[in-house]
Amino acid sequence: MIRPYLQYLLPLALLTVAHNSVAQGKAEFGLGRVVSEAEIAAWDIDVMPDGRGLPPGSGTVAEGAEVYAQSCEQCHGAGGVGGHSGSLVGRLEGDQFPFANDPGIKKTIGNYWPYTTTIFDYIRRAMPADAPGSLSNGEVYGLVAWLLYRNEIVSSDTTLSADNLAEIRMPARDRFVPDDRRGGAVVR
Amino acid sequence: MAGKDVDSTEVLKAGSAAPSIKRRELVAGLVGLSGAAVAGSALSASTAPQRISLDPTRAPGASTSALGNRAGGEQPKRIPLGIISLTPLQDLHGTITPADLHFERHHAGIPAIEAAQHELLIHGMVERTLKFSLADLKRFPSVTRTCFLECSGNLFTNAPEQTTPQMLCGLTSQSEWTGVALSTLLREVGVRPGAKWLLAEGSDAAVMTRSIPIEKARDDALVVYAQNGEAIRPEQGYPLRLLLPGWEGNTSIKWLRRIEVADQSFMTREETSKYTDPLPDGTARQFSVVMDARSVITTPTYPQHIEKGWQEIRGLAWSGRGRITQVDVSIDAGRSWQPAVLQGPVLPKAHTRFTQPWHWDGQEAEIQSRAIDETGYVQPTAKQLLAVRGPGSVPYHLNPITAWRVAPSGEMFYRGDAWE
Ligand code: HEC
Repeated sequence: MIRPYLQYLLPLALLTVAHNSVAQGKAEFGLGRVVSEAEIAAWDIDVMPDGRGLPPGSGTVAEGAEVYAQSCEQCHGAGGVGGHSGSLVGRLEGDQFPFANDPGIKKTIGNYWPYTTTIFDYIRRAMPADAPGSLSNGEVYGLVAWLLYRNEIVSSDTTLSADNLAEIRMPARDRFVPDDRRGGAVVR
Repeated sequence: MAGKDVDSTEVLKAGSAAPSIKRRELVAGLVGLSGAAVAGSALSASTAPQRISLDPTRAPGASTSALGNRAGGEQPKRIPLGIISLTPLQDLHGTITPADLHFERHHAGIPAIEAAQHELLIHGMVERTLKFSLADLKRFPSVTRTCFLECSGNLFTNAPEQTTPQMLCGLTSQSEWTGVALSTLLREVGVRPGAKWLLAEGSDAAVMTRSIPIEKARDDALVVYAQNGEAIRPEQGYPLRLLLPGWEGNTSIKWLRRIEVADQSFMTREETSKYTDPLPDGTARQFSVVMDARSVITTPTYPQHIEKGWQEIRGLAWSGRGRITQVDVSIDAGRSWQPAVLQGPVLPKAHTRFTQPWHWDGQEAEIQSRAIDETGYVQPTAKQLLAVRGPGSVPYHLNPITAWRVAPSGEMFYRGDAWE
């Protein structure tokens, strides 16, 4: 039974090597099923810091204010301050970053979040907590616009969409550094 | 508990209001009513009346069953506090946490998932975008590994004296996990050149996401479907979770449904707004994912009462960077230290049991433990941590040496450090 296949072995081996160098090899086990673009799109809701993944649609500060009052205020407080699920609004004098020294200072979108895309991504996937995934893309754009406006990062006439959301620089953008703990004798 | 010391005839007299009861056997409820302490523990075991034999050698025992139960008097419990529940460290022995006592942390509750419908999508910078069913995943070569899983927010800061190990730091547990190596799945889909990060996403209502560097994914990451020999529990991510040994628990995404391969990190909310550590120099440490070495004495601790004489100090030590190489124990509030016995095999990134004999002379004393791992890292004091991190760098990655005080009465108390 083996003999008839012998003639294929050498060419196959060469082919595999060639294939490897181009395309990282073949599936080893041949498990799993091929997926349609529509199936991927249904789950692929993440937004990257450079804006990749932002969907079509747009929203204004005024529209966001309305959605906020209706769907968010009961947990995050009037104007984004003081709700039982955490304040979303608050800038610090001179955009200081005193969190390590003062446990009393609340982290907010305005004083702590490094990227606008994270606001869009998180609200779209997880909020409102009592009905996650229920907002339209336009509503999410509006909410991000309103939250940035309330944090004094954009003006009241702002309209956000995939064209401009990722370009907005957050006050805490440069505060984040890689983990320098490495084990060993030094406590960091 | 006291049952073995109670003479059966005496109890019978006490319970003689029920003449139909056979000698040496009583309905548990009646024993309870009679005021004898005998069946106190058995009472809680079952709601059905249970026949308790006072001398178990004189009557046949219970039959086999489809599913076992804990002994009636042994009811260790998690402490559920809404979004977290804590493992009863002080009630456990060895290093494996029973699956139903594994700590929990959910961001939007425990989803109900139909395993037959659940699939894992791997896409992005790959040669072959594929969805794997649970059955597919079980056909891949399987890997089993024992390691700890700890929430990075695992310290009750400024806890009162009346604090158990469970309340203090019960957000760590250990299991034997089984699944498929993530590196195997990545070879199956074929990762394209230039790929640096993965996004792992859950199918809970938080649609939880974390970015994972591809080096970790290829090193020791697992996609697991079993815990301690059975399917993982719903609260641990049934039917599928990511498992990143040694890393903060949040990165081991539960109810895993999607992995996207990309050229940069995704900067999700859980690695920006949360799970980052502000430092006194006005920066914040990001992707601080490895759990540094830590130990905790589990017994004797609050609320135990100890008696003069022989004790065994017992505890757990672990490090996200590899093996524990030494645990030191102090019985004089940290003035002097002696190496404890480590119970082997000492596994990397795993809870390791340590023990130390202690003859307590009845004087006020304070016991402490400190772990050392294979990188030479020595578990710091709270003071050391506060000095480098600042009092506001809470709640993540706080692993201070913790102390327990014994009063002359034999009462044990937590001796906490002020976190300010
Ligand atoms: C039922 C209460 C509730 C409602 C309504 C709600 N949220 Fe939330 N929100 C929460 C909770 C709880 C969290 C924290 C979740 C966690 O930590 O996993 C949260 C977290 C957030 C965060 C992250 C905060 C941070 O600092 O990391 C943002 C942003 C947010 N919500 C925005 C919104 C918006 C916008 C709406 C309205 C569309 C909304 N929420 C409605 C309860 C709510």
